[in-house]
Amino acid sequence: MPFEPLLTRNIAKPASETLEVYLASGGYQGLRRVLKEFTPESFLEEVKTSGLRGRGGAGFPTGVKWGFLPKTRDKPRYLCVNADESEPGTFKDRLLIEKDPHLVLEGIILSAYAIECHTAFFYIRGEFHAGARLFQRAIDEAYARGFLGGNILGSGFDLDLIVYRGAGAYICGEETALLESLEGKRGLPRIKPPFPAVVGLYGCPTIINNVETLANVTLIAERGAAWFAGIGRPRNTGPKLFCVSGHVKRPGVYEEALGVPLPQLLERAGGMLHPDRPLKAVVPGGSSMKILPAANCDVVMDFDSLAAAGSSLGSAGVIVMDSGTCIVWALLNLARFYAHESCGQCTPCREGTGWFVKILERLESGRGMASDPALLVDVAGRVEGNTICPFGEAIAWPVQSYVKAFRGEFEEHVTRRGCPLMAVAAR
Amino acid sequence: MTLPVGAGTDRRIDEILTRFPRRGSALLPALHAIQEEKGFISEEAMVYVAGKVGVSPSFVEGVVSFYTMFQRRPVGRHHIQLCRTLPCALRGCGRILEHFERRLGIREGGKTPDGKFSLVTVECLGTCDTAPMVQINDREYGPLDEAKVDAILASLE
Repeated sequence: MPFEPLLTRNIAKPASETLEVYLASGGYQGLRRVLKEFTPESFLEEVKTSGLRGRGGAGFPTGVKWGFLPKTRDKPRYLCVNADESEPGTFKDRLLIEKDPHLVLEGIILSAYAIECHTAFFYIRGEFHAGARLFQRAIDEAYARGFLGGNILGSGFDLDLIVYRGAGAYICGEETALLESLEGKRGLPRIKPPFPAVVGLYGCPTIINNVETLANVTLIAERGAAWFAGIGRPRNTGPKLFCVSGHVKRPGVYEEALGVPLPQLLERAGGMLHPDRPLKAVVPGGSSMKILPAANCDVVMDFDSLAAAGSSLGSAGVIVMDSGTCIVWALLNLARFYAHESCGQCTPCREGTGWFVKILERLESGRGMASDPALLVDVAGRVEGNTICPFGEAIAWPVQSYVKAFRGEFEEHVTRRGCPLMAVAAR
Repeated sequence: MTLPVGAGTDRRIDEILTRFPRRGSALLPALHAIQEEKGFISEEAMVYVAGKVGVSPSFVEGVVSFYTMFQRRPVGRHHIQLCRTLPCALRGCGRILEHFERRLGIREGGKTPDGKFSLVTVECLGTCDTAPMVQINDREYGPLDEAKVDAILASLE
């Protein structure tokens, strides 16, 4: 049976981004219900009960994160929406922002209510020009109809929401770098602890949630935690947007319950692009996650199953590579990405990413040394765990896993003095 | 003293300064406003915005140089940003780059002599479902092949 779309139920409708269409499909009913029937505490408990885990990459339980806010109320609290979608292979938040902004907006209002915050920020990556315009329009519509501003729907709850545009920096998707950027600075991640829930934006308690996470909060408000917890698998509940890219016939965003088998997902994306080139490997969770060679691709797509399979669901950016793909070339492409996007604050990441590029360039161009595969793994081990933010792991994991799963191909680049697949890769 | 930005942008920045709990947060939106008007951020504009926001000019330069979208010098009227990251590379962005270079007669990082086009490669633009793709000013185009590139270039004034 096909999965009933929940997060994407509106996107195919004409003018799906407008308040009128959203209201006509029952929009903001969840908010009305929660403002009437729930206290902030009881709605926070509801979200905890739903089992919702963050959709940004880490998969941390949302309600538990909210619970880390200090009980004292001597400072304002802030909610920052992480719409800095930048993980290569990920394009799900953009779809929600552009096609159903009110689904996200309702989730923001609900979440702000749960954590008793009255000022929220929507940090959207600078390159999403249309997204920023459309979301601002949704905000304006919401103010005009009393869903934002003072005394929302007569409940006595106040909330202001401000759009903040980034300016082109992958690192600002890391939550503390996002806060620095929002304060008008270079996006250099902060040392944790203190965690943002205690010392966040402007030194105040702050919650940072991903766009898709907040859209899920709307669903919980509409239909309840028990219903939500019934979707997916134990500890991995709810619907999920999967972004399929690379060598498939129909790249795109596909909504499924958490725990959908990877082969089924690839089938929905139309199967392999070239009939004569079988699957070689899949990166299941955005470019920072470990690669699964084809032999290990019979997995189900949820947080715990992919962790057990040696990778991670991450941002659910599913990058598909066929037999024509050179793994060394693919890793070199990513190493260049990480070298460019490293903020430069920590030496292991700043220098390590440069080393990866240098070693992979010489392997790919036929000047590699027999010791290079081991050297890559060695450098990765010195980056992993030695940086302020998870960016270090984001490049160490691909390097370690690509070399481990395709060691023979790296060695072949040395013995053959070049790339056996170069001609195919260039196509 | 003449301002390095127009009166409209100056007023817009004054409004931006009232928007945030802390003044410093106005810096990125103010820089975006300047770039929208001027196309790039000059040294004079950095000194000006530093005074507005209440930080040092060197702090502003640090911020401008950190974010890839802030231009230090004028780009082409049509600024072509071609995504080069893995999902686009798997779908042949290398070939598309070569075609842009051939058609425009410039290399990656260059600008046509008439100032009409500039061409750069950028990292993942979060639009991998339409790979290979470009963003030209604030519009996205994809999936591209050689014929579509020709049609797009012909359509731009």
